[in-house]
Amino acid sequence: MAEQCAVIGIGQTKHRESRRDLSIPGLVRDAALRALQDADMTWKDIDSIVIGTAPDMFEGVMMPELWLSDALGAAGKPIFRVHTAGSVGGSTAVVASHLVQGGVHEKVLTLAFEKQSEANAMWALSPTIPFQPQLVAGAGGYFAPLIRSYIRRSDAHPDTGCMVAVKDRQHGMLNPNAHLHLNQTLEQVKASPMLWDPIRFSETCPSSDGAVAMVLVSEKHAGRVKNPAWVKGTSVRTERTFFAGRDQVNPAAGKLCAKDVYDEAGIRNPLKEIDCAEVYVPFSWFEPMWLENLGFAEEGEGWKMTMEGKTKIGDEMPWNMSGGVMCTNPIGASGMLRFAEAARQVRGTAERHQVDGAKVALGHAYGGGSQFFAMWIVSSER
Amino acid sequence: MRDVAIVSFSQLPSVKAIDAADEPELVQPVTSDAMKQVGLTQDDIGFTCSGSTDYLPGRPFSFVAAVDGLKAWPPIRESHVEMDGAFALYEAWVRLMHGDIDTALVFSFGKSSLGPVPDVLNLQNDPYYVQPLGLDSISAAALQAQAMIDAGKATERDFADVVARNRRNAIDNPNAHIKGDFSIDEMLEEPYISSPLRKSFCPPLSDSAAAIVLAAGDTAKKLAKKPAWIRGIDHRTEPHALGQRDLTASPSAKLAAEKAGVGKGKVDVAELHAPFAHQEIILREAMGLGDEVSINPSGGALAANSLMTAGLIRFGEAAARILSGDANRAVAHTTNGVCLQHNLVAVLEGE
Repeated sequence: MAEQCAVIGIGQTKHRESRRDLSIPGLVRDAALRALQDADMTWKDIDSIVIGTAPDMFEGVMMPELWLSDALGAAGKPIFRVHTAGSVGGSTAVVASHLVQGGVHEKVLTLAFEKQSEANAMWALSPTIPFQPQLVAGAGGYFAPLIRSYIRRSDAHPDTGCMVAVKDRQHGMLNPNAHLHLNQTLEQVKASPMLWDPIRFSETCPSSDGAVAMVLVSEKHAGRVKNPAWVKGTSVRTERTFFAGRDQVNPAAGKLCAKDVYDEAGIRNPLKEIDCAEVYVPFSWFEPMWLENLGFAEEGEGWKMTMEGKTKIGDEMPWNMSGGVMCTNPIGASGMLRFAEAARQVRGTAERHQVDGAKVALGHAYGGGSQFFAMWIVSSER
Repeated sequence: MRDVAIVSFSQLPSVKAIDAADEPELVQPVTSDAMKQVGLTQDDIGFTCSGSTDYLPGRPFSFVAAVDGLKAWPPIRESHVEMDGAFALYEAWVRLMHGDIDTALVFSFGKSSLGPVPDVLNLQNDPYYVQPLGLDSISAAALQAQAMIDAGKATERDFADVVARNRRNAIDNPNAHIKGDFSIDEMLEEPYISSPLRKSFCPPLSDSAAAIVLAAGDTAKKLAKKPAWIRGIDHRTEPHALGQRDLTASPSAKLAAEKAGVGKGKVDVAELHAPFAHQEIILREAMGLGDEVSINPSGGALAANSLMTAGLIRFGEAAARILSGDANRAVAHTTNGVCLQHNLVAVLEGE
């Protein structure tokens, strides 16, 4: 690649069930301004904008980047729109990093948002498609059978999912931007209503309004801040939907995407060489599933790490220090929030959810029915 | 910057309706043909990128199904833009700058026949203040055309002249949707759809799909005798609200053309994505394309207009003339949004 890329500005809104105090342009502008301020920049400094969001139907605006150009100071600049299902926040940041690494632009603002309160995502996700059975169950109904399959294969402890929910919500208590601030006990999570067996209400992510933005720059401009996060590896991988050889519990696209970023960043053993990870876990059971998929645990062993508390802040391999998707889920922004939290950790700016001495972090996003993956590795060292 | 070229192009003929074809059935023929032309398979492709919009089929994540038209196994490096396929080409070009891969497959698909497109495009407007007014895409374009007339920049006869030339050019294009010798006087007798736009001044609505293979450096030279090298590519946007813009000019197309280097040499051919006749006049002025330039030898979007694909087809048609040796320097253009809000321009060269 022609250039090194660094994250020098990160901003996000406070995420809530409904940000009625902000319009959609107000929401994206709030996150963008915070990122610019963090980077010690103004709108004028930005060469190019890359924006991502989940399906346009969630807000009822077709190609909303056209409308949001004004709020983002884009007139006279390139603005680019990415859409790769739930992984979109991650793939959007990857495109932005490639603009810098490829030497196309030097200072790129990247941003992702969702204002779920403008619509009903579960129903938007359950359309009637000709010649296909209607799902009528949202994402939970899609993923529950995969989780059951994981439990059967790994003989996992039935409390694993509830343990993740308790842990992520404890982490979320440390994050003032998180949507949910829930001090829950294991018993309370276990007592919550079963929605899609084995997924209980308290084991699902919320529906949130929110936006997140990052400023990515070339090496020349990285000195604007004293603690840039260097992008050491990026990848996006996709697999087919209808294919008898697919393993949706431990998808090949996720494994390959992880291998790409580890190879690019020179990581041989993620458990030893990565200090913490922000991973897209929209339903609690996906933590053990992704621990295995991403190579942090052997196949069938991920749930043991969760049960032993190893994924808590302060333990061996903190996962989802911000509270993750389990606490905050503006769908189109959820992937970029993971990427941004990874960068915050290695910059040492994660405040109360900071992992001591974090130098290398993984940001992860996935989407669709686990066909789409996007990841990056960021480091405090160039 | 690495040298990157278009080495092959494939499209489905643009027609009123491609019935009984879902996303994989649209995508598979054009992607496999584009790869076959240069002796590649999906396994040889470093990066794949597509462009489409959920608002044509009317359901979220419609691009997900398109991946099943590819051999996406083992899992591929892949991305998607909710924009015309030409912007997917831009992302693929950026990806090739990274240097670790040498080939990319770009495709897009659009079935305009599935819904009332002019009304659907109203959803591109501000949802709080403009969408409720029901400003469909033809009415918005009519405001722009009337502004041209009011500013003394064009007459209705000029619009008809643009249409006649594009659809005459399309006679030689087997993939065009509407073609033939259209009489200027007869067009000027047509009733207004939305004054000053008459039916012929508006594009058809077509279904189609298209694919392009990009390759870098020596790989491009191996795959094609005369690769269409992308010497410059840039895109720019403008304020969204129509009232904030001078609709008779296109500063974003002008700036993108400057950044892409359009004016650095003689242009043989330009393929402009101007769905409405008056927009070609605006774009020519913005990009400084004079009478010596052959504009839209394919017939342009006035002859074939599949949403999300018409822009990528402009890139393919421009590149095809370089790949065949008929032209040495070409301009390819794509627009996005209401009244040319966002424009992408590339310069392609044979040498």
